Amino acid sequence: MTLPMGRAMREVFGETVTALADTDPRVVMLDGDLGTSTRAEIFERAHPERFLQMGIAEQNMLGVAAGMAASGFMPFISTFVAFAVVRPLDQIRVLIAQPKLNVKIIGSYAGLFVGAAGKTHQIVDDISIMRAMPNMVTISPADDVETGQAIRWAAAYDGPVYIRLVRDVTQRLFDDAYAFDVAKSVVVREGTDVTLISTGAETPRVVDAAEILAQTGTSCHVLHVPTLKPLDVAGIVAAANKTGLVVTVEEHSIIGGLGGAVAETLGEHSPTAMKRLGLQDTFGESASNADLLDRFGLSSNRVAEQVTAFLAQRARR
Amino acid sequence: MTSLPVVPDAGDIDALREAARRIRVEVVRTINTVRVGHMGGSLSEADVLAALYFGAMRIRPDQPHWPERDRFTLSKGHASVGLYATLALRGFFPVEELLTFDQADTRLQGHPDMTRLPGLDMSTGSLGMGISAAVGMALAARLAGSPSRTFTLLGDGECQEGSVWEAAMVASRYRLNRLVAIVDHNKLQQFGWQGTGHEDRLPPEEPGELVSKWSAFGWRVLEIDGHDMAQIADALASATSQTDDRPVAIIANTIKGKGLSFAEGQYLWHVKIPTPAEFAQAMAELGEPVDAEAAR
Ligand SMILES: Cc1ncc(C[n+]2csc(CCOP(=O)(O)OP(=O)(O)O)c2C)c(N)n1
Repeated sequence: MTLPMGRAMREVFGETVTALADTDPRVVMLDGDLGTSTRAEIFERAHPERFLQMGIAEQNMLGVAAGMAASGFMPFISTFVAFAVVRPLDQIRVLIAQPKLNVKIIGSYAGLFVGAAGKTHQIVDDISIMRAMPNMVTISPADDVETGQAIRWAAAYDGPVYIRLVRDVTQRLFDDAYAFDVAKSVVVREGTDVTLISTGAETPRVVDAAEILAQTGTSCHVLHVPTLKPLDVAGIVAAANKTGLVVTVEEHSIIGGLGGAVAETLGEHSPTAMKRLGLQDTFGESASNADLLDRFGLSSNRVAEQVTAFLAQRARR
Repeated sequence: MTSLPVVPDAGDIDALREAARRIRVEVVRTINTVRVGHMGGSLSEADVLAALYFGAMRIRPDQPHWPERDRFTLSKGHASVGLYATLALRGFFPVEELLTFDQADTRLQGHPDMTRLPGLDMSTGSLGMGISAAVGMALAARLAGSPSRTFTLLGDGECQEGSVWEAAMVASRYRLNRLVAIVDHNKLQQFGWQGTGHEDRLPPEEPGELVSKWSAFGWRVLEIDGHDMAQIADALASATSQTDDRPVAIIANTIKGKGLSFAEGQYLWHVKIPTPAEFAQAMAELGEPVDAEAAR
């Protein structure tokens, strides 16, 4: 009953930005020596004169992007989330977010799946950091379909955008009829017992978890939140009120990420009992994808287990 | 498995060569088995690592925390397999453990993690940082009055990071002449700039650029063939002799993928995994008897 596999988000990234550049002369790609991994190489083949290799020098790369944006270009950044967010953070803050410049930071290798790299390449708090940054739109797509649409939305928007993509092929949540709306969260399953709220490539696994829970009689309402900022406050409150119990699930730290954002929202607008699943104030580590999901409680089975435990704990009160 | 001799004064060049060959064999075997890991840069650094760990460095594998040991940081942390193979062969941990690389619960994390594996002096993996930590260790040794020397190994692509030059500036300002930075100048990074065809990528730096930059930052610079063991040993001997008060940079001219004819100089071998035929060819080219291979 699990969702089918889609295409890798990074392929969609390479193709979509290339297609945008076909018709928009402002589009340039700045690479931090990772074009083979992020698939910016697709862009290099199509538009070699607008593919700008910045070398292994991310702080400078984000500064150069700011300068190009201030001169009318629309730079897309190609590197891993690890080196797109934390290494050049001060450049992002002062040169891009404060002047609200038109730079599109498309970080690849978000979350735990970084392919033989371990904790140095697993940034557990990129959502927390970027959504706290004034002016920075922060998007975490669920699959390849949503990735393509989010990138096209970003190109149509004038200002800084951060989109985090995962490395490996993800399950496909949406079909071609899907229309990404930056201001909206998406109810992907209706239910009555508990509301599961998720973001990024974790959402398809949460949908599978809801299916597992349905077999044991638990009806889950599932909300996908692709945009962490601006946050769909009304959508989150409505989803929480549907069941009165919320579990957030993210391939990310629970501190400041989706769980933090939902807790802030509900605390202010509609206090609701909730549980945050995700990395519990810890760094990542080396292991296979399956082992990582299991270890950090993010596989469908482990999510289902923890939701069941949370419901049992609430029932005992 | 026979243990490899240690060559304190680097007099026995043949022994160091054999250590380097064994490092390459274990790099290829490990990556081939676990199907992950950075091949190209682990092979280009093998001779330098052999000369350091089997020659120049004052270390005690049975006492990895010995306070007066020489320190080493792998600033190009992605080439961890090369370092792990070196540490295993030098006796820090069993060679068989190499096959746990990057697996769940391993001490051999994808990038070096000093909290897991004794023998690692620093955690690295984000480029341009290991040299800063090495500067800190050299400063600490001086303040503590310790005879410890500090070595760090950088990639030539890594030298594009601005922080490398922040570290270089401070090291020469404080005249850290017990600090040795070796650049594995293999003329390739991961992707880099396009050459004439798509398959062809340009080197991270122009010829001679690294020598002039490190000199301009106030370092004593030695340029060598990083696969010629006699030259490496001589350079390390000179670098640790404190002939003047400058820190020393050794620009080691190397070949990415060194030792495997099909990988040498190919940028895609930065992270490629061998096919069964390539693995067999690699072992043959590295002079690893097929029987010994089967017997393991
Ligand atoms: C700060 C940072 N940016 C990017 C990367 C991704 N990365 C890993 S290896 C590599 C290329 C390194 O090239 P070089 O330093 O020449 O190493 P070598 O060729 O010896 O493997 C890149 C870009 C990284 N690990 N850290």
